[in-house]
Amino acid sequence: MHKSRRGQALSKPISKSADVSLKILVIDEDPIRRAILESGLKEAGLVNVTMLDSPSGLVEQIYKLDPDVVLIDLENPSRDVLEQMFQVSRAVRRPIAMFVDQSDKDSIDAAIDAGVSAYIVDGLKKERVRPILEMTISRFRAFDKIRSELEETKSALKDRKVIEKAKGILMKSRGLEEDEAYALLRKTAMSQGKRLAEVAEGLVSSFDLLKE
Amino acid sequence: MTEPTRKQPGEREVHAGFIALADCAPLIIARERGFDRQQGFTFQLHREASWANIRDKLDIGAFDCAHMLAPMPIAATLGLGRTTKPVVAPMSLSLNGNAITVSRALYAEMRSVDASAAKAGGMAAAYALAEVVRQLGAEGREPLTLGMVYPFSCHNYDLRYWLAAAGIDPDNDVNLVVVPPPLLAESLKAGRVDGFCVGQPWNSVSVGEGHGVIIATKSELWPLSPEKVLGVREDWAQNNDELLGDIVRALSLACQWLDVPDHRREAAAILARPQYVGVAESIMQEPLTGNIVCGEGRHDVHDSDSVVFFRHDANFPWRSHAVWLITQMIRWGQAREPFDIRALANRVYRSDIYRQAVAELGIDVPSRDYKPEGRDAAASAESEPVLSSFFSSNAFDPDAAVDYLRALAIRAPSADIEAFAAENL
Repeated sequence: MHKSRRGQALSKPISKSADVSLKILVIDEDPIRRAILESGLKEAGLVNVTMLDSPSGLVEQIYKLDPDVVLIDLENPSRDVLEQMFQVSRAVRRPIAMFVDQSDKDSIDAAIDAGVSAYIVDGLKKERVRPILEMTISRFRAFDKIRSELEETKSALKDRKVIEKAKGILMKSRGLEEDEAYALLRKTAMSQGKRLAEVAEGLVSSFDLLKE
Repeated sequence: MTEPTRKQPGEREVHAGFIALADCAPLIIARERGFDRQQGFTFQLHREASWANIRDKLDIGAFDCAHMLAPMPIAATLGLGRTTKPVVAPMSLSLNGNAITVSRALYAEMRSVDASAAKAGGMAAAYALAEVVRQLGAEGREPLTLGMVYPFSCHNYDLRYWLAAAGIDPDNDVNLVVVPPPLLAESLKAGRVDGFCVGQPWNSVSVGEGHGVIIATKSELWPLSPEKVLGVREDWAQNNDELLGDIVRALSLACQWLDVPDHRREAAAILARPQYVGVAESIMQEPLTGNIVCGEGRHDVHDSDSVVFFRHDANFPWRSHAVWLITQMIRWGQAREPFDIRALANRVYRSDIYRQAVAELGIDVPSRDYKPEGRDAAASAESEPVLSSFFSSNAFDPDAAVDYLRALAIRAPSADIEAFAAENL
């Protein structure tokens, strides 16, 4: 995956050309990401924004809102529902011509890469939409960064816990001091070419096995 | 099984997208049983939430190849739905595997209008459904809502064909909607859809939960019909011919492994895992072993061809299958600008790549690229009741695609068959 555009300014102000009257529908089941995107859209002065968290009644919602732009996260299985809806207007019993603007392939690709897809009403000029799309992409990337940092923190915490436990086992069963237990774990990890946490986890699980 | 010998160090990584369905098995088995490493690469598999994601991630190069609905490479190359780079199908991954399921309430109505047709299932069940549709219309009640999973899918075309064969116009007499497979069982329970056509195991999931009745399997409607293919970008295929050969070989070996009857239970256990399809192993076993519980007193299906991965030339990308899929795109108004049907089939369905790739494995490959459907089977099974081979007594001749289209009475008003006739003399 290309990550070339990562690290763009987080909340780049939307240029004056952005049309704040555009009706935007956001479909995203993740509450945190939804909030991040919503605040971005509001900061940009966009007032006609509807946030949907669940895909139920999607067809009816789109019929009611008649949006100019639909933004949907890629983890959402309802993307295929949209694809069909925009193809067969009969599904909503009136013509809706929406599609991804082909003339701006780079930003569409960047959106997919960032984990979001945009459907834009047929005939809408890309200049009116591009600032919104760019902001969405940067917000999605920011969320991605937050999420991976959170995961790293979680796994670091988990590592620390298991290493503590393994040290405790070694101290008890072999009568070692804490620093000796730690040194032994590290030496084993190095000689086996494994991560310290992996060795600790192996020790803890075999110890649990023997206990039973 | 012995550890496969490595062709070369497997430092090459191949990113492949798949959708949680029984027929994603070739990719999963290639990875789990080491057929990828045996061919000198490693699969990195990505489960996706939508077919649109599969299309888009293949297009931007996040995936090298993908588990695709057979019509998708054709739609991509035609630029239908969304303009992407052209996609080709160097092999088929599976035949059959879909089924049509209705709610218990709709099944009860079908039984009340025509008990024997409803119970018989398959093509006959469509006539019982047609009677229900007529009664609803006559009484001015809400039309039925039927679900499928993607506009460019065999599920869409199967369901439409089945309905139209019984005289139901799928665009006017019922509401056809897309429902993501994992939500189908719930939608049926909540009454948001009255029935659907979807790949397994989602039919069996719905029967298992007590809300659905399977009334037709694809194998009953059109035995050995096209379903999933391997999709790669045309330009990628051109620039990575060696790696693509390795991928096709690894998947062919996985398909061969999958079609050993004794392996199907093991395959079900692997596919049932949460990172793959994520359903109960017992449910996953139904489509894979071909012992399918239909529900509500309908006789169970016992069909070793319920989903086919290797036997019957299952991996060969028949260009006649592509022609049939294109006729359905024309019939339902998806493809409107006329083009040369056969030229497109030849461009997208790359039997040449498949032939070359599997030659060194000693796999038998058909010598022709086009075959008729229905007629062959009908001739050899005269004693069979009607509706045995190709959607009732119909037949399909790929050399007469336009005539075939002309003979299909129910079609979208926007389908301009004569415009295609001019391009397909």
